[in-house]
Amino acid sequence: MRVTQSEFRAALIDARLPAPEGLHDGAARPAGRRFDVYRNNVAVSLTEALHEGFPVIARLLGKTNMDGLAGMFLRAHPPQSPLMMHYGDGFPEFLAGLEQLSHLGYLPDVARLELALRRAYHAADAAPLDPVRLAQVAPEDLLGARLGFAPAATLLRSPWPIYDIWRFNTEPDAPKPRAVAQDVLITRPDFDPAPHPLPPGAAAWIAALMAGETWSAADDDARADEPDFDPAAPLTLLIQGGAITQLTLKG
Amino acid sequence: MLDQTARPSRLPHAAGVGYKPQHFAALAADPGAVGWLEIHAENYMGDGGRPMAQLRHLAERFAISVHGVGLSIGGEGALDPDHLARLKHLCDWLNPASFSEHLAWSTHDSAFLNDLLPLPYTDTTLARVVEHIDQVQTALGRRMLLENPSSYLAFAESTWAEPDFLAEIARRTGCGLLLDVNNVFVSATNLGFSPQGYIDAFPLAAVGEIHLGGHDEQSDDHGAPLLIDSHGRAVADPVWALLDYTLARSGPRPVLIEWDTDVPDWPVLEGEAARAHAALQQVPA
Repeated sequence: MRVTQSEFRAALIDARLPAPEGLHDGAARPAGRRFDVYRNNVAVSLTEALHEGFPVIARLLGKTNMDGLAGMFLRAHPPQSPLMMHYGDGFPEFLAGLEQLSHLGYLPDVARLELALRRAYHAADAAPLDPVRLAQVAPEDLLGARLGFAPAATLLRSPWPIYDIWRFNTEPDAPKPRAVAQDVLITRPDFDPAPHPLPPGAAAWIAALMAGETWSAADDDARADEPDFDPAAPLTLLIQGGAITQLTLKG
Repeated sequence: MLDQTARPSRLPHAAGVGYKPQHFAALAADPGAVGWLEIHAENYMGDGGRPMAQLRHLAERFAISVHGVGLSIGGEGALDPDHLARLKHLCDWLNPASFSEHLAWSTHDSAFLNDLLPLPYTDTTLARVVEHIDQVQTALGRRMLLENPSSYLAFAESTWAEPDFLAEIARRTGCGLLLDVNNVFVSATNLGFSPQGYIDAFPLAAVGEIHLGGHDEQSDDHGAPLLIDSHGRAVADPVWALLDYTLARSGPRPVLIEWDTDVPDWPVLEGEAARAHAALQQVPA
């Protein structure tokens, strides 16, 4: 009797189903637990991939809970690509939709931060702009300037202390998370992405520049959030992180 | 773009290892018995960053084999054109000494299952695999190697023996074969056939590369040994003996050590490569 790949896959993902008929052990006996080898390979490898991709979420939830979630996630969202570097793209939204985790409202945004760090790790290389070029721009010309950014540079905005939570769970002796909203900039100076918490107004400023707005329009956006906004600190973060790759002056 | 001058066009008849990023520094300092490297294609399909930089660096020093684990050549459905395009992009950039994939499937109805799943050996599956390999070789513009699987079960509907099935695929497509000697030992133990008999039946002239890896031992519902192709430990002694048996019949070939889980420190992996190197030294050229 013929075993289709649809049948094989269904029994692979759902251990409550029996192994398909038509599979044997080489001596004409039913395959039995031999089929479980494949079930186990799929479940274990994808569970490990989720642990590796979201180490902070795994630490926050504990191994048992994370293993359980990995199984639920695999059945609800089997990977759509053979690139394991992208596995878990839908995990933050999956977490956000789980009623039983609604008391941990920060989890989806922490997962988004981990996903963004992984994407930044694999992002295309880009030569940073020589900061001297920025320093040479006359102040009146700077207002109309636009910046280009490295593919690894990523901005996240959250009502939760996502940077503090990430740091508390990745660095020894890190301070306890504060009850604050945190915007985060990810830069990748060489090969290792690093998250940086942003001061008030900076996320609006960077978001506008990343959207292709002029320096002056970005400044307006930032001041709408934070009247005393000063771009010095976020600009230093961007330059030190090699996040700026292009400077285009008006005209 | 990589400098393509003086890049090897084929793998040397030497020992290689599956490359792991944690071995980068040790390998750059002293490769020891290791003469070439194999990478999993899917780990080098990002846009940049450390993985691609390391690969660029290694490719300037070693012959590289690109080994795909996600093309699903044995799938009932069509090959994923996006994935084939990614493979072409990688091979065009790297110009590897070899490209290989598996006689297995991993994707069905667009869901990727991250394992090498078995297929029955029938005239229907033969025709489909041949069509897929033609498609891959045409798209990549190069000959590929197809690897024999490790089996934990068999299909009642199969009408071909595995070595004959692989020989017929090679005959019809012109592809080469990658003979995983550990897989032969695992399958032979699990399904109760002679591993030497399998090697005797295998079209050794088509073999462009040999794989070795460690396996775990469990047992099935009847207490019979059930070997698992885990790549998580040293190569077992009977598998080394089967390598000698194979090399005595095939002549020297590129021999790879695969160690993918519980990856050891470099000296342990290099020691396995040295053992493969010694096995190759015993073979008349």
